[in-house]
Amino acid sequence: MNTVILYAVLALSSIGVLAAIILYFIAQKFKIIEDPRIDLVADLLPGANCGGCGFAGCRNMAEFIVKNETLENVSCPPGGNDVLKQIGPIIGQVAEEKAPMIAVLRCNGSLKNAPSKVKYDGASSCFFVNNLFSGENGCPNGCIGLGDCVTSCLFDAMYIDSETGLPVIDNEKCVACGACVKSCPRAIIELRLKGKKDKRIFVSCVNKEKGAVAKKNCEVACIGCGKCVKECKFEAITLSNNVAYINFEKCTLCRKCVESCPTKAIHEVNFPARKNKEASELTEKETIVN
Amino acid sequence: MKTFNLGGVHPEENKLSGNSPIKVCSIPTTVSIPLAQNLGAASVPIVAKGEKVKVGQLIAKGEAFISSNIHSSVSGTVLKIDDIMDASGYRKKAIIINVEGDEWLEEIDRSADIKREISYNKGEIVSIVKDSGVVGLGGATFPTQVKLMVPEGKKAEYLIINGVECEPYLTSDHRLMLEKGEELLIGISILMKALDVSKALIGIENNKQDAIANLKKLAVNYKGIEVHELQVKYPQGGEKQLIKALINREVPSGKLPIEVGCVVNNVGTAFAVYEAVQKKKPLIERVVTITGKTVKNPSNYMVRIGTPLSFLLSEADSMPEGTGKVINGGPMMGKALTTLEIPVVKGMSGVVIMPEGEAKRPNAYNCIRCGKCISACPMGLEPYLIALMSEQNKFESCEGERVMDCMECGSCSFTCPSGRPLLDMIRVSKNKVSQIIRLRSNK
Amino acid sequence: MSNVFVVSGSPHVHGDYSVKKIMWGVVLALVPAMLVSFWYFGIGAISITLVAVSSCLFFEYVIQKYFLKQEVTVSDGSAVITGVLLAFNVPSNLPIWMMIIGSFVAIVIAKMSYGGLGKNPFNPALIGRVFLLIAFPVDMTSWPLPIVNRTVLCDAVTGPTSLGILKEGISKGESVSTLASNLPAYTDLFIGNMGGSLGEVSAIALIIGGLYMLFKKIITWHIPVSYILTVFVFTGILNLVNPEIYIDPVFHLLTGGLMLGAIFMATDMVTSPMSYKGMLVFGIGCGVLTALIRIWGAYPEGVSFAILIMNTTVPLINKGFKPKQFGEVNK
Repeated sequence: MNTVILYAVLALSSIGVLAAIILYFIAQKFKIIEDPRIDLVADLLPGANCGGCGFAGCRNMAEFIVKNETLENVSCPPGGNDVLKQIGPIIGQVAEEKAPMIAVLRCNGSLKNAPSKVKYDGASSCFFVNNLFSGENGCPNGCIGLGDCVTSCLFDAMYIDSETGLPVIDNEKCVACGACVKSCPRAIIELRLKGKKDKRIFVSCVNKEKGAVAKKNCEVACIGCGKCVKECKFEAITLSNNVAYINFEKCTLCRKCVESCPTKAIHEVNFPARKNKEASELTEKETIVN
Repeated sequence: MKTFNLGGVHPEENKLSGNSPIKVCSIPTTVSIPLAQNLGAASVPIVAKGEKVKVGQLIAKGEAFISSNIHSSVSGTVLKIDDIMDASGYRKKAIIINVEGDEWLEEIDRSADIKREISYNKGEIVSIVKDSGVVGLGGATFPTQVKLMVPEGKKAEYLIINGVECEPYLTSDHRLMLEKGEELLIGISILMKALDVSKALIGIENNKQDAIANLKKLAVNYKGIEVHELQVKYPQGGEKQLIKALINREVPSGKLPIEVGCVVNNVGTAFAVYEAVQKKKPLIERVVTITGKTVKNPSNYMVRIGTPLSFLLSEADSMPEGTGKVINGGPMMGKALTTLEIPVVKGMSGVVIMPEGEAKRPNAYNCIRCGKCISACPMGLEPYLIALMSEQNKFESCEGERVMDCMECGSCSFTCPSGRPLLDMIRVSKNKVSQIIRLRSNK
Repeated sequence: MSNVFVVSGSPHVHGDYSVKKIMWGVVLALVPAMLVSFWYFGIGAISITLVAVSSCLFFEYVIQKYFLKQEVTVSDGSAVITGVLLAFNVPSNLPIWMMIIGSFVAIVIAKMSYGGLGKNPFNPALIGRVFLLIAFPVDMTSWPLPIVNRTVLCDAVTGPTSLGILKEGISKGESVSTLASNLPAYTDLFIGNMGGSLGEVSAIALIIGGLYMLFKKIITWHIPVSYILTVFVFTGILNLVNPEIYIDPVFHLLTGGLMLGAIFMATDMVTSPMSYKGMLVFGIGCGVLTALIRIWGAYPEGVSFAILIMNTTVPLINKGFKPKQFGEVNK
């Protein structure tokens, strides 16, 4: 009996030793010498492989950073400045401070504001609908609401509000990786400055049609009247193709333009309530929507 | 009887309007003629607001290689050049003309006489076709003159005339072959001369026996024109399938029919060529089928280009209660309309009206991997696989599966027992793949 | 216009195929074999079939409703097929509780745990059957003899299947010719007058069902024909080599679950290849494996194992055997 156990143990151990030796030599032969800093950097990165940096994955970004020893022109949206600051010492660079961004939906064509004129029946893909026709509500630039952006979001920061039919971006979870921006066939979502205390002002419409046509489809469309452009003292607002755009780098969040908009297409987010009652209702609503 | 070998389906034919002769639709009070009516570049307007135009006058010029001229279909005053809704609900530029009387350009021969002898040479024919704005009337609206210019180093052997009309419901080509057989055959002879070919084959499915008999009888007098009866099978009207059915040649993947010595034209196009060359009449009207199971009188109309669809439908008295879907074109490949306020364009071969019950698609369930889509695909693709990869955003793999060979005939979606929107997803993938290809060629 | 138009991509018409139609078509095709089994095995057959079908439906309903919380699709008939096929693959005197366990394995483990209809890599009924065969080998291999016990539920006269007799005999060194007297006649085999699992006994009833499915275009000829032909050719060659050890091929075709497997189990859409070429390869593979197991394997019957093994290769076959493409450019 004992001899059987002995033989078994011996046989197995010798196989183990043999395999270990073979593995050792193979490992030596196929060894890849890699900069150890790549591992250090990759460990610091969030590991979400979201693609927000422009690289295929976190490790690719780490390789790029270590190889070029630079932090210029690289950014990690989910990790933010903290991660770059930690990476800095590894490659002997100092990270530049970057203002945090957030994805913003520039359309308010909810089921109520822009009622459906036809019914769509088919694959649940905004991209497909965009190629097929102008959308249920008739707005050729507005949100289709089938959620290509929601499926593209790796951080679970978006969902479609069943009441409005529009996607909602979760401020807490959004890391501004830009996946939704790329996924939207109508370029409605934009990455904008997160703003001081999360305060933001933006035009919630990208419709390029003439005012009357746009208004027909959607009550809250930007009609390109240009009132906000005149109101703005900082030249932050420009008007082109019948639609106003607020440059977030110039905007000082003075809120003048918000009041001036006749269709209430300019949204303000996270501002304290106004004394004016009507406006405060609007703000409240927008806070929920955004 | 001949047909193509790979795939194909048999949708219900429903040729309700096959026995109703072509009626002439009256002229509306305003017409809107879109500037983008052909495949390729949009035409450039050459008239201004307030200008008087006559029927047949050139109002927009096709300047790019693949583009086409557009002529006024009515006489009157140009109201404006503005954006109007097109079939997909997007706004496109159009010339809007207020109709005053019905004054034609003098050189147009409006008599019903049939003019037989062809007095032009090859080059002249091509330039007349180009000037008259003739495009493929089967639906693709490819400018005809481009097809007539055989590229260097290639030789056309056969002219194939597509009288298949494999789409269910539609009968505009059928009626044309019955009523304008003589003109059609002259048109074909003109096309043969322009292409310098000695053989023309007309393919007709055998559900149109009267048209086959009519053309067979008439074709005796025309040298080189043969009429071929084909088995009914969708999509035989696809040019690659038609060539395969008629002369058993396969157009290689990604190539044009000229690769196997063929040029394919629709019967409607041949008729338009006849009118353009023999009668000097540009393409200003076409036959449109108004049909559907709930329509009172399914019929065929000769309609001026630019006529509002709502006007045509009220003239035909065919907007039944409970309409759930209006389709521009046939039910297999046509586009569902968002509104009736769109003009009739060169590519509109028919309007199918469906009641609410038919309008909805069946519910989609899991793919049960039955392979019916594979046996239905006339191009021998694997629709289930392409649709799946498209859902997963694996567009490079889609390209490897030759998604660009798909001609969007809809056989896969038609046949899927799980009611999956296969073609929708394949279209997404085709779009994305063509983006990828464009990016690559730009590099 | 008061109506709201529906907009969707083409095509705007749909053929009259649906999952429901296909599945109920298969159920209909199974009816002849079912009737034969009721005739030969009596109440036992009826109760086993009922139990299998109802427990399959029950398990699918519960899983869809309470676990996956998705639309309940038991009415599409796929669970009915699984139930019937499972019942067809067991002896009619199998205890009811075993049948329920088998149904559980088939539906819950082999089908729903993969995501339901269309996503299971293996034929659920076969997984259920093989599970029972391995878990309860004695109960699964004591087959009641037909006719004598039409009104009896259990404890009937039992005996081995023809394949079992053959295997046993050959392994003891007897020759085919001496065994022949113990084997049923071919006509009995053809109409199903032999001991065996419920549904597999009657070749003629199964063939009628198969022809119906072919006619309705539910299946194509590729898998059944290539499967049966392969078994025929394979065993035929061996029979020519030594008829004393290897019995003639017709016997192989008519006994065991070959007809049932080739017509109903291997052709299961979900677990068979998509292209015609792939189907042929699949059928040939099934045939070779079946013959190998029958002749040299430990079990007398190999159809279930052969099909399950070939199921594993389906993704590979789908990848390797593409359909013929139009206008293929030779590289």
